[in-house]
Amino acid sequence: MRPSGRKVTTMSDSKLTATPGQTVGPFYGYALPYEKDGELLPPGSPGSIRLQGTVYDGAGHPVPDAILEIWQPDADGKIVHRTGSLVRDGYTFTGWGRSSVGNSGVYTFTTVNPGPTGPGAAPFIAVTVFARGLMNRLFTRIYLPENQEALAADPLLNSLDPDRRQTLIARRDPDGGLTWDVRMQGEGETVFLDFDGGPADGKDRQ
Amino acid sequence: MPENFTAETYNADSLTEDLSDAAEVTPKAVTPKVETQADLSAELKAIGYAYAAKLSSGGEPETQPRLDFAPYRSSILRHPTKSLHHADPETIELYSPAFGHQDVHALESDLTIQHNGEPQGERIIVAGRVLDGDGRPVAGQLVEIWQANASGRYIHKRDQHPAPLDPHFTGVGRCITGPDGSYRFTTIKPGAYPWKNHLNAWRPAHIHFSLFGNEFTQRIVTQMYFPGDQLFPLDPIYQSIVDQDARDRLVASYDHELTEPEWALGYNWDIVLTGSKRTWTENEALGAEGDHHE
Repeated sequence: MRPSGRKVTTMSDSKLTATPGQTVGPFYGYALPYEKDGELLPPGSPGSIRLQGTVYDGAGHPVPDAILEIWQPDADGKIVHRTGSLVRDGYTFTGWGRSSVGNSGVYTFTTVNPGPTGPGAAPFIAVTVFARGLMNRLFTRIYLPENQEALAADPLLNSLDPDRRQTLIARRDPDGGLTWDVRMQGEGETVFLDFDGGPADGKDRQ
Repeated sequence: MPENFTAETYNADSLTEDLSDAAEVTPKAVTPKVETQADLSAELKAIGYAYAAKLSSGGEPETQPRLDFAPYRSSILRHPTKSLHHADPETIELYSPAFGHQDVHALESDLTIQHNGEPQGERIIVAGRVLDGDGRPVAGQLVEIWQANASGRYIHKRDQHPAPLDPHFTGVGRCITGPDGSYRFTTIKPGAYPWKNHLNAWRPAHIHFSLFGNEFTQRIVTQMYFPGDQLFPLDPIYQSIVDQDARDRLVASYDHELTEPEWALGYNWDIVLTGSKRTWTENEALGAEGDHHE
């Protein structure tokens, strides 16, 4: 490839400034969703569970135009590196999925309970939230509600106030599935994560 | 302009008014006054002055959009009010989902050949590289784009802009980056389109980009703009990035070297993801081929 007009290409440049994000907007619906996007494995297959929840705005109303992505280890806690998320063959667990909410703000995935990635680790699912009206994607986590000992030892959960900590822990449904809601703002606001740190990156700070 | 515009129409949420339960889920703007571009521009200008003052008193440049940016009305109830919580990425967050040529057909990068005829409009090539914050190419990863057609109309059923749909243009493309992080799309230059943030609101022409890095934390969705667009100063979404250098990172460069004779104009746009948090193996740092994950 030709050198580009901008000096962003060499490994000797120690740090490059990241390109800004922008809102996903209202019209992703014919582009990002695809067949079986939220089915990390077929519904009803052995070990499968439903993960679902509602996305709410600051007024407590469901958000009808949000899209979520999840990325998780398999049931044994293994991080898989398999392609095929966009063409589900019904057999390959890739660990990644995408689900756009419906008119009532509800998203649904079919997945497995993630296993612990190490001895004593609290299993969690990594989440990215996009929505019209949301200027940049938000990162967060969904923890399984079981294994109190592991949850109590988790570095992230330990760094949070008890009421905020609770926003990252899913509820176990009677059918074995998980329910976890996203509250973008206000009472019970979900804890969203900043992996880069430092106020200089323009994230909202108080 | 529609004849029957009202304050309610133009202050309403830009999208959900045609949804059945929109009345319940959509907060109306604060006053029944029709908000004009002049009102919005005054707000944008005030934010710009405040940011310039902050910079001149030694503040750090802001490199990302503000989540709390009231001129984009739909953001008011959709931004977290608590600060983002700093976390060290762990385990799964240090890796990225794998995509490959199994997932994406090579023809998906040409948005002008998805139907039985040539789409209307100006044919363009958009190409560049995806790099991480350390300048390493992001190889073998998924790039997704979507956009309006040449008339400024999305094929999405919720787009009610009375401009023609193009039966030969959907406006969706995908590709997998090459070993050097390169991507390349052939498409049609999108038109500007009106929206209902305020009266006479128009979005500058743009292409939506969705990108994955080598790590979960590098995921980004953004928009690429075209150089010299007169709508930049008026658009609250572009202006939600308050720093001019940062805004410029979303604007492609016209590149005559990319332009193909008798065929299409070329635009170059490189994308930089955030820095790597993982300790890389030598093989990873050398850059792997696409489809290196089996």
